[in-house]
Amino acid sequence: MAEIRTEHYRKAARIAVKDTHLHNALRVLQDRLGKGALAAYQKLPEGPGLRQQAHHIRKYAIDHLDILLKSLSEIIQRRGGHVCFAKDGTCALDYVLSVARKHQVKSVVKGKSMLSEELGVNVALEAAHIEAVETDLGEFIVQLAGDSPSHIMAPAAHMTRDRIGRLFADKLGIPFTDDPPALTRAARRALRQKFLDADMGISGCNIACAETGHITVLSNEGNIRMASTLPRVHVVLMGMERITARLTDHDILLRLLSRGAAGQSMAGYVSYIGGARPSSSEKKYEDGPDEFHLVIVDNGRSRILADPDFREILYCIRCGGCLNTCPVYAKVGGHTYGFPYCGPIGAVVTPLMVGIERAKDLCLGETLCGACKDICPVAIDHPRMLLALRAKLAEGDPEWNVTSKHSIESAFYHLWGYFIQNRNRYDVALKISRILQLLLPKRSGMVRRIPPPMQGWTKERNLRPLAKESFSERWRRKPKDRA
Amino acid sequence: MKNDLNPSVSTVALFIPCIVDASYPEVGEAVVTVLQRAGVKVHYPVRQTCCGQPAYNSGFRKIAVKAAKHFIEVFEKAEAVVSPSGSCVHMVRRHYPQLLCQDGQWRDRAEVVSRKTHEFSEFLVDVLGITNVGAYFKGRVTYHDSCHLSRGLGINAQPRQLIGKIQGATFVEMDDSDRCCGFGGAFSVKYPEISACLTEDKVKNILATGADVVVGGDMGCLMNIEGMLHRKRSRVKALHIAQILSGANI
Repeated sequence: MAEIRTEHYRKAARIAVKDTHLHNALRVLQDRLGKGALAAYQKLPEGPGLRQQAHHIRKYAIDHLDILLKSLSEIIQRRGGHVCFAKDGTCALDYVLSVARKHQVKSVVKGKSMLSEELGVNVALEAAHIEAVETDLGEFIVQLAGDSPSHIMAPAAHMTRDRIGRLFADKLGIPFTDDPPALTRAARRALRQKFLDADMGISGCNIACAETGHITVLSNEGNIRMASTLPRVHVVLMGMERITARLTDHDILLRLLSRGAAGQSMAGYVSYIGGARPSSSEKKYEDGPDEFHLVIVDNGRSRILADPDFREILYCIRCGGCLNTCPVYAKVGGHTYGFPYCGPIGAVVTPLMVGIERAKDLCLGETLCGACKDICPVAIDHPRMLLALRAKLAEGDPEWNVTSKHSIESAFYHLWGYFIQNRNRYDVALKISRILQLLLPKRSGMVRRIPPPMQGWTKERNLRPLAKESFSERWRRKPKDRA
Repeated sequence: MKNDLNPSVSTVALFIPCIVDASYPEVGEAVVTVLQRAGVKVHYPVRQTCCGQPAYNSGFRKIAVKAAKHFIEVFEKAEAVVSPSGSCVHMVRRHYPQLLCQDGQWRDRAEVVSRKTHEFSEFLVDVLGITNVGAYFKGRVTYHDSCHLSRGLGINAQPRQLIGKIQGATFVEMDDSDRCCGFGGAFSVKYPEISACLTEDKVKNILATGADVVVGGDMGCLMNIEGMLHRKRSRVKALHIAQILSGANI
C-alpha cells in the first residue's frame, strides 16, 4: 500500500496555501482543463445530458460487477491470457513479483496507473532489485525527483519548469534548459532505450469491456501503447470497478473520459488489448508480448460496493476532472491529501480505503461547493457522499469502524438541537450570546477577534456582530408596520 | 408600481435564515419591503428558528432532523414559503425529503413543504413574473453566485435579471463569479487558512471589477466576503440582493 499521510492534511494545507507557485500552476491547469471540460460537454452532439447516460452505464456495471468480471476473465483466459483476482495489495504485489521472477525481469516500463501508486508497486519492484521506469512524462519527472504525483492527469503539476530543468541537468546529464520542448525531447531520448531494454511492461486499465474481453489503455503520449507492446510480458493492474458491459458503452464513456480529463474529444492513443500475441500455425504474428497478465484488484473496493451510500464512488473512471475544478484542491495541491487519490475523488475514496477517522480531514476539509459534481463525466454526486462520511464521523458507524466521539462540537450541536425547537429558548440563547459578544474587540462596528475555537475566522477577516435586535424581535415589536 | 401579482399566490410565509435573523435583520426588512411593493402579503411565523443546515453539514443528522421537523411544522400550512437564502432553500428542497425518508409520514410532509419553498429572487422572477421592482442604485454592481444557489438550485439568471432592471446601476460581471468564496459554513472556522485563501481570490475578483457593491443571495457568503473587505479597509459593500432592490439606505 502507498504511504498514508492523511493525518497531515491540516499541516500540509497550512503550508500549501502560501505556495503561490503551486497556485499559479494549478490555476493554469484548471483554466485550461477544467473550463475546457465544461465547454466540451456543451459541445457534445447529445448535449451535456450524456453524462447522465454515462452515469447509468456505470451504475449498471457496478450493479453487475460479478457477472462482468467473470465474462472478462473467461474470454481473456480462453485467448491464453492469465487472470489473477487479487483481494488486496499484498496479493497483487505477490503475483506481479512472481511473474517478474518467472521471466527473470530486470527492468519494467510503466504506463501511468493510479492503482499502481495505491499498491506501492514501484517500491515493491525496487525492493526486488527490479528497475521500474515511469514512461508518462509527468510521472517520469516526478520519479526522477524522488517525489510523488500530485494530480491524476498531470502528475508534475506542482513542479516549475525551472526545477524540472535543473532536475534533468542533474539526473540526465544534459545542459540546463527550461524550454519544455527541449526537456521533452531529452525525456524521450532517455526513455527510448528504457522501452527497448525493458523485460516487462506494467499498465493500468481505463475501462475493460466484459462483452469482448478487452482492457483499454488511453494516453496522449503513446507511452502506454509502447510500454504494453514492446516488452515480452505485459501486466495489467485493474481496479475491479473499471469495467463496463458492452463495447457500445465505450463510445459514450471514452468520449466523456477524454473531455473530463482534458477537454479533448478523444485521447490521442486508445488501445484495446485482450491478451498476448496469438500463436498460430497458419500465420506468424510478429508484434506484441509473449505473455499477458491481468490482475483484477479489490483492496477495499468490495467493501465500498457493499455500502449503498458509497457504491456510487466506484463509478469513477479516474479522469481527474474533479481536480480541475475544485477550489480547495487549487489551493492545497495533491500532496496535501496524503494518498494517491486527491481532490474530490480522493476526499471520498481515500477515507473509505484507509479509514474514515484516519482521513477525516479529507472529507471535512471541503466546502461542498458542488463544482466536482458538475464536471464529473459520469455525474457522480461527491458532495452527497462527503456529507454521508461526515455523518459517520459525527454519529459513529461500527461497519466502518467509526466511533462517535463526545467532543465539544458534539456537545455544542446537542445543545443547539435543544434551543432550535423552541423560539423562546432560541431567543434566550441569542440574548446570552449578545451579552458575551460585548467582551470581543471591535473596530468600526465589526468584531476583530473571536476566542477559540472560532479564532481562525478573525485571523484574516472581521466579523459582523450579532445585531442588537434580531429580525424576529424587530418584527414582533412593530406589528402595525406589517401589511 | 403595477401589481404583476401571480394570482395564485397572495400571501407568503417568510423564512428568515438564522444568520439574517441574528446579524443582518435589515436584510429581512428589505425582503419584506420588496415583497410588499410587489403586492404580496407577508406573514412571518414567529416560531421559526433554523433550517438545520449547520448541524446537517457537520454530520449531526439526528439533530438536523429535529430542526427539520420544527421547520415543517411551522411552515407546512403556508401557501408559499420564501427565503432570502440559496443554502436554506437547498437544504429544504434537496435534503429534507432524504433526511426524513425513514418515516413515511414525515417524508411526505417534507415533500409538500419543499415543493412550495422558494428562494427570494426565484420567487420574484419565476413565480410573480417580476423583474422590475422599481429599484434605484447609482453605482457599479457585481454579483457573487453562491454555490447552493447557483449549482445547487440552478438559480443564476434570475438575480441578474433583477439587477439588470435597477435604475442607475451599472452591472459588471466578475471573473469566476460562481467559484466558491470559501465560506462553506463551519469549514470557515475549522479550516480557516484554506477558507481565507479562497476568500482572497473572491475579493481580488470583486475589486478588479471596480464595483461599489457586491451583491449575492446568501448571507453566509456575504458575511465572509464582507469580513475580508472590512479587514482590508475596502469601501466596497457586500449586500444581499433584497437590500439593493429595496433601495434601502446603503
